[in-house]
Amino acid sequence: MQSGLSRKLFRFKGGVEPDTHKAESAEAPIRKAPLPSRLILPLHQSVGARATPCVRVGETLRKGQRIGNADGWISAAVHAPTSGKVLAIEDRPAAHPSGLPTLSVVIEPDGLDTWIERAPLDLTARSPDEVCGALRDAGIVGLGGAVFPTHAKLSAAKSTAIDEVVINGAECEPFMTCDDFLMRERAEDVVRGASIFRDLLEPKRVLIGIEDNKPEAARAMRRAVEALGFDFEVVVVPTRYPTGAAKQLIRVLTGKEIPSTRRSPEMGVQCFNVGTAYSAWRFVAFGEPLISRIVTLTGNVESAGNWETLIGTPFEEFVALGRPKPDTERFLMGGPMMGFEIPDLSAPVVKACNCVIAASLSLFPPPPPEMPCIRCGACAEVCPHELQPFELYRFSRAQKFDKAVELSIDECIKCGCCAYVCPSRIPLVQYFRFAKSEIDARRKEKAKADATRARVEQRKAREERLKAEKAERLAAAVKTSGAGGGDGADAAKKALIAAAAERARLQREAHPPKNPETAVDAEAAEKTPDPAVKPGDAAR
Amino acid sequence: MDFISPPYLSRNANVQGIMARVLFALLPGVAVYACLIGPAILLQIAIASATALAAEAAMLKLRGKPLRPCLTDGSALVTAFLIALTFPPIVPWWLTVFGTLVAIVIAKHLYGGLGQNPFNPAMVAFAACIVSFPALMSQWPSLTLETRFIDQILAVLGVSRELDALTSATPLDVLKTALRLAPGTPIAETLSDAKIHGAVGSRVWEYVAAAYLLGGLWLLRCKVIRWHAPTGFLAGFVALSAACWLFDPGRFASPLFHVFSGGVVLGAFFIVTDPVTGCASEKGNLIFGFAAGILAYTIRVFGSYPDGVAFSVLILNLCAPLVDLMTRPRVFGMKKK
Repeated sequence: MQSGLSRKLFRFKGGVEPDTHKAESAEAPIRKAPLPSRLILPLHQSVGARATPCVRVGETLRKGQRIGNADGWISAAVHAPTSGKVLAIEDRPAAHPSGLPTLSVVIEPDGLDTWIERAPLDLTARSPDEVCGALRDAGIVGLGGAVFPTHAKLSAAKSTAIDEVVINGAECEPFMTCDDFLMRERAEDVVRGASIFRDLLEPKRVLIGIEDNKPEAARAMRRAVEALGFDFEVVVVPTRYPTGAAKQLIRVLTGKEIPSTRRSPEMGVQCFNVGTAYSAWRFVAFGEPLISRIVTLTGNVESAGNWETLIGTPFEEFVALGRPKPDTERFLMGGPMMGFEIPDLSAPVVKACNCVIAASLSLFPPPPPEMPCIRCGACAEVCPHELQPFELYRFSRAQKFDKAVELSIDECIKCGCCAYVCPSRIPLVQYFRFAKSEIDARRKEKAKADATRARVEQRKAREERLKAEKAERLAAAVKTSGAGGGDGADAAKKALIAAAAERARLQREAHPPKNPETAVDAEAAEKTPDPAVKPGDAAR
Repeated sequence: MDFISPPYLSRNANVQGIMARVLFALLPGVAVYACLIGPAILLQIAIASATALAAEAAMLKLRGKPLRPCLTDGSALVTAFLIALTFPPIVPWWLTVFGTLVAIVIAKHLYGGLGQNPFNPAMVAFAACIVSFPALMSQWPSLTLETRFIDQILAVLGVSRELDALTSATPLDVLKTALRLAPGTPIAETLSDAKIHGAVGSRVWEYVAAAYLLGGLWLLRCKVIRWHAPTGFLAGFVALSAACWLFDPGRFASPLFHVFSGGVVLGAFFIVTDPVTGCASEKGNLIFGFAAGILAYTIRVFGSYPDGVAFSVLILNLCAPLVDLMTRPRVFGMKKK
């Protein structure tokens, strides 16, 4: 019996308890969003490299056909969510706070919804590496919002034993109910998805964490675990934002604290969202790549609820499903704590989009003017990473980034608890976002400069070494020729040839190849001794 | 439609609310003070508040800052209340004005205004005035005489001719004089004098202190202040006073008497709890309070001023950045240093 009641829960410090507003979107079951008139598929929908397009304009596509190939290991493929024609492959506004355009495949649906050939993946016949590759090509990414490629989480951990796989059904952001309904209505598929991760990672335990404001979901998941006969534990955790953040949920369930400098598998734990488990199962069991997801549409709308939405559906068509009230003045993607305003409604729903909130001035009143920080410490009290946001704010504002780093700004997960409680209404997260991006840019710049300096120094050292060797050789040659004998003349000739070869090489090095990878190869090749230039040879 | 950065939700706390609660928590103390010591305190509060608001407005204007929302945040009023409550109630009006100006203009705005001042403005005002006008700052109304309200008003207006008749030494003064002038004489008889000793602390003043305690506990309950600094302060103060008292009860008054005399309770809940000039972390505030408590007792009993709260707080304000540096809390996922 996996009651989960016996499991000892841990606490993380801080956190807040805003009104959950979940009831609004929890009245109707999941509905299927109608086929939109256009689908816009950004090729960059996961952490890591952008997928490279593998279709041509004008090409007819089938539902589930790959339109973008993963580029490298930390990347994921993108697929056509329905059958139709490629209208364009061009830059389109993206669902990103900046609204900057990103390369997208625009598809005109033909209305037939014709699938590609689908076949289940036989897990027993495939090696773990093959399964990971297949998941990558199916475009499976973390659907909690971070869209980290799932296969990379499943393969990265092979070096260390995994104690726990955590399945994240906490869903701590207010307003959101997409994971809640997924668990209520499709619990068995979620649990089966978790079993795929279990098979690949072979953990000691699988823990499914659900906040206690979702009793129906927890019940459905328990029933599913029991029905399937798995030994997974469904653990009900206290409702407190941000329990659904991976590090916080891991802390609550296992007591482990993961600093930013380490990855969770190094500490024997890996965490997946319930939606990710569900889509992994759809792929493995039915051959369906990730082409749709459940999106909560709520806030200032007539009809809030959850929609199974095709990836690529333009927001303008999607939000119309909920019939926004006339005083709606903006739309948020994600929850009200960490989400952002959608700058352009022509942008599409992407894999990262778990929730869209219609916002009005009465629902989210604009903040009053920012006041000075009075160091009241409320922010430090609620910071789940036990930081001192008011100090970080001071240094971020003064652009003293080294001090901010010293105070562990790297650990900030931008959850917004600090700004939520701030009596001076300082947009703290905004300051931290700015500081973190600056720190990041500086680090990259420094790494680049360091690499260049190292290369220059290496070359200098090599040049000097060769020069010394050459001088030594010449001296030796002169010595042997001075001693007389045909042998000596021969050696002098050899030395001259060697010297010429040297010159040629130096010249080569003066213009190093642009590609650093081949440069490394060349360096490695040089380290292997070349018999022609051995000083000993010349002297023989 | 302006850009609003996440989070879009807020607990709707605000600075005005915090300051208003602090002022509200002072009201029981003010009421008891006005009833038992004399209503002149109300006049002093009015003078200090008017001066504080005027000075705040002028400084905001000079610094090119908008009057709203800073003038209405209530922080100047808190400073004004604390100045009025720590000064003798019958000091002439101009001294209250002078003290308030020192607090708002120099201690607060010259350092950058709300949130930037390293020293508690009210305590700077107290220190500046007691150093510059020691005689005036030691004139406490006599509690044994029936001081009429009109006499107090005249004193505040600076027209009273018989000021000496109105004033007397405070219980703490009497104790100190006894300790200083006749080191050998037991303090017990001084304390047994009903003019000095009330039920637990200084006569009459103990009720004012109890009222402050009530307000302070309410502030704790509604989470405007945290327990660390007051607890540290009272613990430090009681620890040292108890040690002295146990060492020689003949020379030193009991800790209870000391806590309910002078500015200890007011300091514990309304002054060392100032977030701006205090420490950042919980542990830091415990240390801050504890050290301030020890110093307050030391200055009160062994120093030349009647009470030590103001100076001890100012000295700890100086040390706060260092204490912060030494008590940085552990960050999630990091090992304890």
